[in-house]
Amino acid sequence: MKILVCITHVPDTTSRIAFVDNNTKFDSNNVQFIIGPYDDYAISKAVDLKTSHQASVTVLNVGLPDSDPTLRRALAIGADDAIRVNAEPVDSFYVAKQIAEVVRNNQYDLILMGRESIDFNGGIVHAMVGEMVKMPAFSPVMEMEIEDGGVKLTREIEGGKEYIETKLPLIAGCQEPIAEWKIPNMRGIMTARTKPFKVLQPVDSDIRTKTELFSLPKEKGKVRMVDPENVDELVELLIREAKVI
Amino acid sequence: MPVYVFIERDETKIRKTSYEAISYGAEIASIVGNQVVGVVLGSIDKAELEGLSKFGCHKVIHCPDPVLDQPMIRSYVSVLSELMEAEPAEFFITAQSALADPVAAMLAVRTGASVATNVTSVPDLENGCRVQRGIYTGKAFETVELKSEKKVISIRKNACGIKEYEINAEIVTSDLKPEEYSDVKITGADKVKGDILLSEAKIIVSGGRGMKGPENWGMIEELADTLGAAKGCSKPVSDANWRPHHEHVGQTGIKVSPDLYIAIGISGAIQHVAGVSASKFIVVINNDPEAPFFKVADYGMLGDAFQIVPRLIESIKKYK
Ligand SMILES: Cc1cc2nc3c(=O)[nH]c(=O)nc-3n(C[C@H](O)[C@H](O)[C@H](O)COP(=O)(O)OP(=O)(O)OC[C@H]3O[C@@H](n4cnc5c(N)ncnc54)[C@H](O)[C@@H]3O)c2cc1C
Ligand SMILES: Nc1ncnc2c1ncn2[C@@H]1O[C@H](COP(=O)(O)O)[C@@H](O)[C@H]1O
Repeated sequence: MKILVCITHVPDTTSRIAFVDNNTKFDSNNVQFIIGPYDDYAISKAVDLKTSHQASVTVLNVGLPDSDPTLRRALAIGADDAIRVNAEPVDSFYVAKQIAEVVRNNQYDLILMGRESIDFNGGIVHAMVGEMVKMPAFSPVMEMEIEDGGVKLTREIEGGKEYIETKLPLIAGCQEPIAEWKIPNMRGIMTARTKPFKVLQPVDSDIRTKTELFSLPKEKGKVRMVDPENVDELVELLIREAKVI
Repeated sequence: MPVYVFIERDETKIRKTSYEAISYGAEIASIVGNQVVGVVLGSIDKAELEGLSKFGCHKVIHCPDPVLDQPMIRSYVSVLSELMEAEPAEFFITAQSALADPVAAMLAVRTGASVATNVTSVPDLENGCRVQRGIYTGKAFETVELKSEKKVISIRKNACGIKEYEINAEIVTSDLKPEEYSDVKITGADKVKGDILLSEAKIIVSGGRGMKGPENWGMIEELADTLGAAKGCSKPVSDANWRPHHEHVGQTGIKVSPDLYIAIGISGAIQHVAGVSASKFIVVINNDPEAPFFKVADYGMLGDAFQIVPRLIESIKKYK
């Protein structure tokens, strides 16, 4: 079984977000970059399938050379080889185009992604690639069982779960508890250095959106503390001041 | 050219967030001088369908084909793209959901549209089309220009208030046949019954590890019921199976944007706050004055949740 795992290179979840150049550019100063947490589920599931299904795992990122350490980390976790499409990931459509091209040029049985990137928060690259290469795409997938090419999936829906039976090939956007996050061990880190690492040039794509400006949420005013002996006051504030109950 | 709005069903009822999408569509329609065409796929209560006019639909297209009773994403896309071909539209609006977002994405690819999800503002249509959307999981926004002629927009909860209109919507039954896909079978679903959905709730009551254990959730439930609120929890709480996964709120859980978020025994770790910072008001109940959640709260109460919550329930009952 051949698996492709698409990962993002994103600021650590604890990062404070800031922008520079008149709010037109992300401020990467002092920001630690990681594999997206949902992509981490995808890579962990793929590594599980290596053992249970003799899978081979290719990890892919559409990004600039600063993504390389993140791809290496995925190799250290257990992916066999890495591909970086050398381009700035300007929007979901552009990224999906690049991923679709890699998918068309290889025969993958399974394409795993995260349910969403934690920088762009689109939650749609999987569906877009699915439409482009005519493969069913499911997200967010919480459970996945593969047997003789048949696949059973659990997908999260509003207020519950949906159960699906389908077959390979397919695309899945992963989330917990599909697999346990894996951390690279020493041997993984050593072997990652010598695993195959390909850099591809992007294919042409139309650009359908343009980011013009970033902004931060309005600063909250100071919290208004209410005496716990006086819950009525809190309730009155919520009714009269906030007008939310 | 109409503004299409995808009206999502939950069984045979209309999802509450779809009313926001209609109001959002109506807002666009009033700027560009167009009509709002709501699209309903699959079986639906007749009264629900007829009630749509008062939310701003000029016309409702209903495709009752039984294939569409199942939430099959690709079948939905096939019908919607045919509709958009028959009567082209500049805008296609949906309210964010596990069904609507992939539908929006695929439809955009198929029709050559620009797409934006997680949108938090009505478009600025002066000189192009610009929307604001949430990025970095609640920590920032971007203003993005949708450059294609067609635009598909999926809105986040509370991006637009619900307005009522006086229109007599024309209801049209369409006999469009969806494409069928034999390679995918939806074999079932488990949905909580009677609970208010996090994604639709105006008020959310959320509990963290400070609640000590699942046996103490009775008071969270009672507070939620008293307020007509949905229930949420922090990640460690759902990881420990104190609460079901679908209640997990935060950066790696559900992002919420209710009018009121009440956090009880939750420390306010940055990953939790990221998922709730779009709430209009936040109330924090915590016994640690240093809990970071107080920094982003509107109202705070310092003390033992086990003392405060029962009193709060009594007080709210008094006012109701
Ligand atoms: C990659 C990543 C992603 C994450 N994503 C999420 C996410 O999506 N959502 C999320 O929630 N977390 C997430 N986390 C975890 C997050 O960092 C915190 O660990 C978590 O939010 C803490 O949960 P908590 O506040 O319930 O527990 P704790 O941090 O243990 O806080 C419990 C709080 O309860 C208070 N308390 C205790 N007893 C009482 C009492 N009797 N009365 C009142 N207050 C009391 C304490 O003062 C404390 O503030 C993520 C972490 C990582 C690394
Ligand atoms: N630049 C990228 N390179 C590789 N995969 C990506 C990239 N952007 C998004 N993806 C994949 O698509 C998923 C959904 O992303 P998004 O639609 O941006 O929320 C992510 O979790 C990744 O698996």
